[in-house]
Amino acid sequence: MDMFEWKRKSRMRTIGRALGLATMATVASGAAHAEDAKTQYFPLATFRVGAYASSGIPVWAGEIDYFRYINEVEGGINGIKLVWDECETNWEVEKGVECYERVKAGKNGSPVPIFLPHGDPISKALTEKSVADKIPLVTIAYGRTEAIDGRVFPYSFPVVFSFWSEASSAVNFIAEKVGGKDKLKGLKIATVYHDSPYGKETQVPLAHLAKTYGFEDIQIPVPHPGNEQSAQWAKIRQLKPDWVFLRGWGVMTPVAIKTAAKVGFPVDHIIGGIWSGSEEDVRPAGAVAKGYLAITPFPAGADFEIHKKLKAHILDKGLSDLKDPKSFGSVYYNSGVDEAIIAVEAIRTAQAHFGVRPINGEEAQWGLEHLDLSEKRLAEIGATGLQQPLKLSIKDHEGGGAGKVLQWDGEKWNVVSNGWVKSDRDLLLPLIYERAAAYAKEKGITPRDATN
Amino acid sequence: MSFFIETLVGGLLAGVMYSLVAIGFVLVFKASGVFNFAQGSMVLCAALTFVTLRDKEIPFWLAAVITLAIMVAIAILIERVVLRPLVNRPQITLFMATLGLSFVIEGLAQIAMGASVHELDLGIIDTPVKFGDVQVSQFDLVAAGTAAVLVAALSIFFSRTRTGIALRAIADDPQAALSIGIRLQSLWQIVWGVAGFVSLVAGLLWGARQGVQFALTLVVLKALPVLIIGGFTSIAGAIVGGLIVGASDSLAEIYLGNLLGGSVSTWFSYVLAVAFLLVRPAGLFGEAPIERI
Repeated sequence: MDMFEWKRKSRMRTIGRALGLATMATVASGAAHAEDAKTQYFPLATFRVGAYASSGIPVWAGEIDYFRYINEVEGGINGIKLVWDECETNWEVEKGVECYERVKAGKNGSPVPIFLPHGDPISKALTEKSVADKIPLVTIAYGRTEAIDGRVFPYSFPVVFSFWSEASSAVNFIAEKVGGKDKLKGLKIATVYHDSPYGKETQVPLAHLAKTYGFEDIQIPVPHPGNEQSAQWAKIRQLKPDWVFLRGWGVMTPVAIKTAAKVGFPVDHIIGGIWSGSEEDVRPAGAVAKGYLAITPFPAGADFEIHKKLKAHILDKGLSDLKDPKSFGSVYYNSGVDEAIIAVEAIRTAQAHFGVRPINGEEAQWGLEHLDLSEKRLAEIGATGLQQPLKLSIKDHEGGGAGKVLQWDGEKWNVVSNGWVKSDRDLLLPLIYERAAAYAKEKGITPRDATN
Repeated sequence: MSFFIETLVGGLLAGVMYSLVAIGFVLVFKASGVFNFAQGSMVLCAALTFVTLRDKEIPFWLAAVITLAIMVAIAILIERVVLRPLVNRPQITLFMATLGLSFVIEGLAQIAMGASVHELDLGIIDTPVKFGDVQVSQFDLVAAGTAAVLVAALSIFFSRTRTGIALRAIADDPQAALSIGIRLQSLWQIVWGVAGFVSLVAGLLWGARQGVQFALTLVVLKALPVLIIGGFTSIAGAIVGGLIVGASDSLAEIYLGNLLGGSVSTWFSYVLAVAFLLVRPAGLFGEAPIERI
């Protein structure tokens, strides 16, 4: 080695050591911050611009209003105030993943307890990353159904109402209307679905339910974005189903309702799925939407106790994130409130176990898996009727599995089902576990022990 | 048989709706050789402006006139700010400029008028009309009638008026047209203004069909195969292309979709367009460029 080479290597070693020390110092100061942090960071992946902005804007309002309520009225979660910032995803996978990567390290020493992907494709893209980073993904009423099995999907939480439960509850509502499950035999139920992984998610449970109850399961795809459906509804007219289950997204829903009216199919025999059941879905369809049904875990309404509190402490004081006051109590606004309640209660549960301080992802996973939103707790929050009772565990990351059926009267949604319509979870769970086990085998995952 | 006819007629009428959007592309392409990527955004902007005015309880016709004025103002602005500095640049530069323009229009329209979904009621009855066993949508019939009137008006404009003939001259040979004193800038403003008017008509009809929302910009996805099949320079071609795309999509969805077990209309019209490109690159009615070597 000549002198020049030796000097170069020596200089490189010095730079390397300096960088190493700097990194250690940064990590140490980060750890010190985490200890010192007095606020709970909660990043929000939002889409305020782009094709789906109209659906998203009321959701963030519901979420942010509830967070503000927790901070302003309750002084935070046991005194730990929530701080949040937004990251625009445009509802696009690459931007959603970029947002996640940007926020996952936390902020000012405060860790990320939960990440809400707000988008089915984004949640699927993050499934494995979230395990590596130990950050729970909470996907309320969307996401991979087999993630209900927390033994295989430790950090994915399709809480409240999976797509399989949605399909099963819709069938059970039809049974309620026709006079019992035994009357389903011989009926024709057509599912008009968005031709995407989200839209196809209910094909397996519906085939299984059709075999169990003896109804005919018809599947009709609609290509994205769904702004022209004359062929699909001509087929409906030809096949004459008794009921249509509409699983749309965005513009597909109002076009479906309008085209159904054009071919003379009665809209009061169309049951929209979760993402076809908001005010934004029916208003553009105009008068013909009157009578349209939709199943949802987020019943509309501004008369729930929590809404009275939100109105008094947030809206009336000008602290609301809602630009259009008409959306207060809408399906999307209430979905945001629901999402925020579950996040706050999971953090509260984790705090009870780990201590009152900002919670990290691993601790929030524990909080979620021990979340027990009983009727009593829901009454304390003021969410009776808005949120169904939930009890999560390692083997059950869904917990609820019921929806209410709403009917559009031309102005607003009204609940027309007999309370929460339960899904046949006992019938479907073995199938879900089977699929989760197959996923584990494919990916080489050793399922967690669920006995702890 | 009646099911086949119903599917076919439904498809043909849907195709006319695609043609309405395609005509806007043809107008700009005919006059400047530019594929205006911002056409979908102009459809959204026109419809959003109209419903915003209607929400403020401005009467229908006044709202339509104000919207048209705004679209013409946008057209003049586009010509002044974007197109004029790019005269004599390669066409790909102009195309990229319209690509950027589409995002600017979409963004500004949403900032100014919000991202909410609006209902648009044009007062057209939408109950089906029965011809024997075949049901046809009344709304789609009105839309087809509107397209027919629009095509007739544009044909007269291009063949009988001085401006129309000057536009054709620019399309044929811009340099020769300039040399005989035709003012390119003002004619571009006129043609973009007319494209704005077509956007308004398309925006109103599509908006009434699906609600005024961001997804209106996506209707251009179906206008592309229409243009490839009909030709980029022919209004009649846009209509025929629309009919072919609408009918083939509809029939393929029913008869081919069943065989393949999924929806096919997203890509079927593009397969058809590529087939046309192989056989007739200029489209059915397009003018094949003839150059002296």
